[in-house]
Amino acid sequence: MEATNQEALHDSEKLFVETPFVRRKMRTEWVARSVFLLMALLMICPLIFIVCYLFYKALPVLSLDFLLANPARGMREGGIWAPLIGTIYLVIISLLVSAPIGVFAAVYLNEYARDNWLTRFINLAVVNLAGIPSIVHALFGLGAFVLFAKMGRSVIAASLTLAVMTLPVIIAATKESLSAVPMAFREACWNVGATRWQTIRHIVLPNSVGGILTGIILQVSRAAGETAPIMFTGAVFYKAIAAGDILPYGLFDQCMALSMHLFTISTQVPDVPEALPYGIAVVLLGTVLVVNAVSIVLRTALRSRKKW
Amino acid sequence: MFISEHLIELLIRLCGISAIVFVFGIFFFVFREGSDFLFHKLNIVEFFTSPEWYPTSVSHKRYGALALIAGTFSVTALAMLIAVPFGLGAAIFISEFCGPKLKETLKIVIELLAAIPSVVWGFIGLTLMNELIIELFDAPIGLTVLNGGAILALMSVPVIVSIGEDALKAVPDSYREAAEALGATRWQMTYKVLLPAAKNGLLAAVLLGVARSIGETMAVLMATGHSVRIPHSLLEPVRTLTATIAAELGEAPVHSDHYQVLFLIGVLLFTITFVVNLTADLIVKGVGRQ
Repeated sequence: MEATNQEALHDSEKLFVETPFVRRKMRTEWVARSVFLLMALLMICPLIFIVCYLFYKALPVLSLDFLLANPARGMREGGIWAPLIGTIYLVIISLLVSAPIGVFAAVYLNEYARDNWLTRFINLAVVNLAGIPSIVHALFGLGAFVLFAKMGRSVIAASLTLAVMTLPVIIAATKESLSAVPMAFREACWNVGATRWQTIRHIVLPNSVGGILTGIILQVSRAAGETAPIMFTGAVFYKAIAAGDILPYGLFDQCMALSMHLFTISTQVPDVPEALPYGIAVVLLGTVLVVNAVSIVLRTALRSRKKW
Repeated sequence: MFISEHLIELLIRLCGISAIVFVFGIFFFVFREGSDFLFHKLNIVEFFTSPEWYPTSVSHKRYGALALIAGTFSVTALAMLIAVPFGLGAAIFISEFCGPKLKETLKIVIELLAAIPSVVWGFIGLTLMNELIIELFDAPIGLTVLNGGAILALMSVPVIVSIGEDALKAVPDSYREAAEALGATRWQMTYKVLLPAAKNGLLAAVLLGVARSIGETMAVLMATGHSVRIPHSLLEPVRTLTATIAAELGEAPVHSDHYQVLFLIGVLLFTITFVVNLTADLIVKGVGRQ
């Protein structure tokens, strides 16, 4: 930078001579750019550092056996099969509930709703629902599903609590991909005599299914990582199941969950071998990062394939 | 055929109002569990002004939440002190100073950073940050305001960056072109034109970051230690409102006073985050109208 400024000063042939004012301006510009670059880079460093650190610490336990074996000896040994399968249960059931409701809600907001007070009210509710702290969701799940609906602390109560929590994000993502379908598509369909629902079913949804799926996949990682909402609604510290059993929990059983398991053995259980909690953290983090990577790849692929 | 069309429409309309139902449902059920205590036994003045939180004392139970409020306030304030400048700086860099390739990469990094589960952040606070703080500050324990604040900062930076970047993107390009035509550098353009134009959106970004830190539970539960007191320095352990619910709800007998007070703390948290989110939303809508 400095060198080019000097050159420019000596070069009297140049039309544009850098005055001290311009030089000062360029220097401030350079400083500002560097400071902002540094701030952006400082955001990347922790991510890389944390991922590497956790992996490094977890190396001694990471193996296929770690995934497939049950926790043993008061959770101080063994693997994570029981919590892993519990998390899979919770994620699948919660998304089975929240995905249809969320997609339909977005269809309503984008295809049916007029711009009136009710629509504004719904949009406001979606934004606020997304901002409610996870521990308040836990209290709601305890009050509404566990006690009021008499489900008890169970897989179904925990899944429903997670479903309410993931709902607003699914609505927002679906709405976005629905509104990306050009209006002309709908008009063409209406013109050949299709009803509103036929248009949605055959034109709007097929053309936005990629975006909707991406939004739902992202919620897999959110639901898998949450701890607070399931702590009091269905997840337990320990539950013995047969290793390798794929259907160990009924809807009204309590279950273990990965996020809860990490919390338990890193805070409640003494004398845990060091690598074990790191192993769980890596599995949790790995799942989340892989799910997010898949959704990013899917989104990029969809964007490049778009026909309009 | 038309009957099924009507059925489907009815179903869609029902799902459409689900968000409203759930927001009211959440308030209703959380409030319902705590309402009896609120109306008959709670001393509201004591709740907000006394730092004495002894919900399980045998002789004299006291429910003063001031220390918990101070705990939430201290970690949130520290987190914002770190996250706001870095978050807004990164948002400005992504929006105005970098090329399209780098922009894509940085946005992916932010997305991944936002996706790390709070229990993993808590675990990092418990292990890595804990050791780091003990080492650096020669402190007896690393689970402190500093630890919680730093973790919360890392967690709320992605929110601030992505909302802040949206706000900058919403400024019309004609503003940028006008500034460039006058010979402004990027920095002058950002400082004199974009920041004033996007200030509402940026404020909303900060508010959403605040809401995120106030509501965060697992990370602060694990990273701030367990000590109910009003902190006087960054190296003291505290306990926040959210962590208190998470830590004590399991032991409180259903419908006991203690249990009901925890639900009232939930109502308080709901109200705080509701107001903050509403304010942020209204500010953003204000930008849209201009």
